[in-house]
Amino acid sequence: MSVLEGKERRIIGFLCNWCSYGGADTAGVGRFSQPTDLRIIRVPCSGRINPLFIIKALLSGADGVLVSGCHPRDCHYAEGNFYARRRLEMCKQLLPAVGIDPLRFEYTWVSASEGQRWQQVVTDFTAQIHQLPPALRFSESPDLELLRQCG
Amino acid sequence: MRIGVFVCHCGSNIAATVDSAAVAAAARDFDEVVFSTDTMYTCSEPGQTGIIEAIKTHALDGVVVAACSPRMHEPTFRRAVERAGVNRYMVEMANIREHVSWIGKDKEANTNKATELVRMAVEKLRLNRPLFPKTFKATRRVLVIGGGVAGIQTALDCAEAGLEVVMVERESTIGGKMAKLDKTFPTVDCSSCILGPKMVDVAQHPNITLYASAEVEAVSGFVGNFEVTIRKKVTCVDWEKCTGCGLCTEKCPSKKAYNRFDEGVGPTTAINIPFPQAIPKKAVIDKEFCRYFTTGKCGVCAKICPTGAINYEQQEELAQEKVGAIVAATGYDLFDWRAYGEYGAGRYPDVISSLQYERMLSASGPTGGHIKRPSDGKEPKTVVFIQCVGSRDASIGRPYCSGFCCMYTAKQAILTKDHIPDSQSYVFYMDIRAPGKAYDEFTRRAMEEYGAQYVRGRVALIYPKGDKLVVRGTDTLMSSQVEVEADLVVLAAGAEAARNASGLAEKLHISYDTYGFFVEGHPKLRPVETNTAGVFLAGACQGPKDIPSSVAQGSAAAAKVLGLLSKDVLESDPQIAQVTLQRCIGCGKCIRVCPFQAIRETDFRGQRKAEVIEAVCQGCGLCNATCPQGAIQLSHFTDNQVLAEVEALCRC
Amino acid sequence: MASSPLAYYPGCSGLGTSMEYDRSTRAVCEALGIPLKDIPDWSCCGSTPAHTVDHALSTALSARNLIQAETIGLSDIATPCPSCLKNLKTAMARWQDPKIGPAAEKLLGKSLQERHRVRSVLQVLYEELGPEALAAKVSRPLAGLKVVPYYGCLMTRPKDLMDFDDEEYPVSMDRLLEAAGAEVLPFPLKVECCGASMGIPLNKAVTRLSGKILELAASLGADAVAVACPLCQMNLDLRQGQVEKANHAIYKLPVFYYTQLLGLALGLPERDLGLSKLNVNPEPALALIRQSRPKPAAETAATTEDAA
Repeated sequence: MSVLEGKERRIIGFLCNWCSYGGADTAGVGRFSQPTDLRIIRVPCSGRINPLFIIKALLSGADGVLVSGCHPRDCHYAEGNFYARRRLEMCKQLLPAVGIDPLRFEYTWVSASEGQRWQQVVTDFTAQIHQLPPALRFSESPDLELLRQCG
Repeated sequence: MRIGVFVCHCGSNIAATVDSAAVAAAARDFDEVVFSTDTMYTCSEPGQTGIIEAIKTHALDGVVVAACSPRMHEPTFRRAVERAGVNRYMVEMANIREHVSWIGKDKEANTNKATELVRMAVEKLRLNRPLFPKTFKATRRVLVIGGGVAGIQTALDCAEAGLEVVMVERESTIGGKMAKLDKTFPTVDCSSCILGPKMVDVAQHPNITLYASAEVEAVSGFVGNFEVTIRKKVTCVDWEKCTGCGLCTEKCPSKKAYNRFDEGVGPTTAINIPFPQAIPKKAVIDKEFCRYFTTGKCGVCAKICPTGAINYEQQEELAQEKVGAIVAATGYDLFDWRAYGEYGAGRYPDVISSLQYERMLSASGPTGGHIKRPSDGKEPKTVVFIQCVGSRDASIGRPYCSGFCCMYTAKQAILTKDHIPDSQSYVFYMDIRAPGKAYDEFTRRAMEEYGAQYVRGRVALIYPKGDKLVVRGTDTLMSSQVEVEADLVVLAAGAEAARNASGLAEKLHISYDTYGFFVEGHPKLRPVETNTAGVFLAGACQGPKDIPSSVAQGSAAAAKVLGLLSKDVLESDPQIAQVTLQRCIGCGKCIRVCPFQAIRETDFRGQRKAEVIEAVCQGCGLCNATCPQGAIQLSHFTDNQVLAEVEALCRC
Repeated sequence: MASSPLAYYPGCSGLGTSMEYDRSTRAVCEALGIPLKDIPDWSCCGSTPAHTVDHALSTALSARNLIQAETIGLSDIATPCPSCLKNLKTAMARWQDPKIGPAAEKLLGKSLQERHRVRSVLQVLYEELGPEALAAKVSRPLAGLKVVPYYGCLMTRPKDLMDFDDEEYPVSMDRLLEAAGAEVLPFPLKVECCGASMGIPLNKAVTRLSGKILELAASLGADAVAVACPLCQMNLDLRQGQVEKANHAIYKLPVFYYTQLLGLALGLPERDLGLSKLNVNPEPALALIRQSRPKPAAETAATTEDAA
């Protein structure tokens, strides 16, 4: 069982190694309690994130995707998060076109020292996802069934 | 693949809220997992031995450790598996401490989440490939940026140990803030007497090349092989010829130039040598005030210079240096206290900063060591010191403590009494922070022996009354309002990151915090390292520091540099981008996005292809996300690996 | 400029001790094309006595005026008096308080319908008209007049409630007076307390506190003080003799309402500005202004055209 039925939603986080993953560690070290829904995938830089990862996760049944990188101008790789910012904003704009509520996806910037901010981001985003109905997988979509019936 | 899973208890750090044994049991059902166990402390010696034993017994070729953050112990476990003959990149960690056990108390949810994270790690590991670092030669030279006391210490330590040192200083002399101080606490040592000899050592050491009036323009390369471009600013004086005789400064007719070394207390000449002990002792022309540049007529200095060193047409020059390591020691700047409207925002001449007061106290300063009110030159009898101006004040965006102001204020109160025996000092403070060797005793002396009146409270307002300044504050211990009619007010301005520190951080690819201070590798265990290999920190650029701490950190940074460059060859991180030639269409997008110019175009059988320069690639993966063909893949973080993690989480 | 009128609340003192403030405010607003419409049958905001004894009563008294404004269909309200302003704003905030709002509603038998916007005339002039537009309409610049602006405790504080200008070092009046051509001196005590209503129970509090303000103003070489609050004006002007006596000093500093000075700069007749109501003789200061030459007619005409 991937998530605890009725208690949790399936939320995936993509975090850059240098800032946000460190920020999540800082939150842990500070014992800043957070909802348990989020699972974090570590990537070297937010600029490494292909919007495909996000769409793929949402179409595979993730209820929410959270991306977090270094604050703009403070990228470990100098400019990775500038690329990320453009791609992620574009991705968010495009989500309705593929039938996904854009509220299911957020991106933010959290530095390695901002444990408390990370706690807030996770708490807020988890609450936001809990406001939405559980996500359907692409394969379970009623539209798909309709398409099938239409032959 | 034969994968082993090790789930750590971390004493009770993990086991208190995660059922480690249950996680280990669940992991046995994951694909290709042949062995799974839970251990008390995986990072301990028996823990690591357990991994090595299991690798041998079960012929494992991949290991998942579910424990703390990989930022903490990934290197530890990589070394452990390597000892058992497995490639070090065949380890994945599931962070079940910082990201699970420490942030929630629901054991059922935590255990479930921990299991999920282990599944994710296993799925990623299944696509890991052994990676092998390449070795390369390192340049056994070091660049020290900043010639304050921290940088001087680093430079001398490295030079003494036989490394070649390149020092770059923005001002025309080294010495930094310490050179401006009159005395130092808590010994009341003469600052320039203890710093001066070290400055001379820098100038004379055969292993040190000094670029003063210069800034780092660009940095490229990587640990062991940095290429640094240094911009030599225009001084209008040929320093090869200048002997520092000072004739020009005596004859210069423009005598109202802003005196940066004296913080604007008293003017200087347009051509000047900052102070008598300056290193290098060379003259510099301030174009803003030089009559040759403002009116087009003058040229007195050029006529009088015995060596013909003046060159009004001098142009900026760029110098190139190759170094193996870089130490940033750029120090701090004073908070611009004019942000405080209630202290007059700079309108009252007799409200000055602590560093201006320091110049006034200094015998070689603009007033010859006499304390004089800037407004009328009179000797003040009542001096009010206000602490925490730009420190511990969230309302102006400076919530941190600058650390050393309590001590220098006590020192200045003592020196005030020494200079003017019939004076009375008042110190408005929030808390006295004096946690150093002989520090607290020192502040007590200021109060008890020198009679400084310490008032615990903030100052709300300063306003003029006749030729005096009324300083109004609260005394929080007496719960009363206090008004002092002062002759001179000295503001203990806090420390902030040096001007344009963030710009340098971006050149060096190191992180800086909200306030512009550089971020160390680990706040406790890696205090002088950064997250960029080969770049180290010394002194107040990392956070406000007093002289002893800056010197200690300067030496610590030198030790790290010496350790790094004690080897002739270094290993590169193999987690870098790789091009699959068959898929590459030669569009060149990766070349354009790479922040490190690590990708170049090559010709492969007449076709345009991308090629990664392995030693330069830093492994950010920008190219990977940009490539329309998926032809360029970041090893260890390939598209397939990330998607496998996504898949693992979305699988029911 | 907004053409729909503002509901105008003069406040009790505007009919009595600060008649000249009310008069000059109306004259200046008219000259600047800011229509004011009196709130019909307005009543006292409750002033200090009401809120010191009963919050519900104080809220009801102030809220009644807001409800009266609704009867003429206006919800944008302006008052010259900072104390009235504070009470009106507080009433709106307290109306939402479950402990006070219902009690006030019961007292009034009526309910507050709209989200009112209550501002001081100073805020309206500064934010809606602005110093530049004012400068364009000035025909007799106050050149040669050195004036210190004095805002009093309440105009910008408490910050969250008043939500206007810098709470410790406001500059709105400075800018308007500069636009009127006066030389505005930086005045560190611009939000200090003048002693307020302590003049009656503890007179020496006023003579001490107002004394500080006048002392500094005089030492800075000011020709006049500009104020925006009837009570401040009373303490600094009417009680100036008491203050001088207590402090063994002579200030002879005229204390104008800033609207009187703006009126002069706009070339309004002195009788419309109630200058005769001032206690400390304003003649020396007025003489300074009279020396200043009017702006050339062509320029004035041009600006009037622009405005049209």
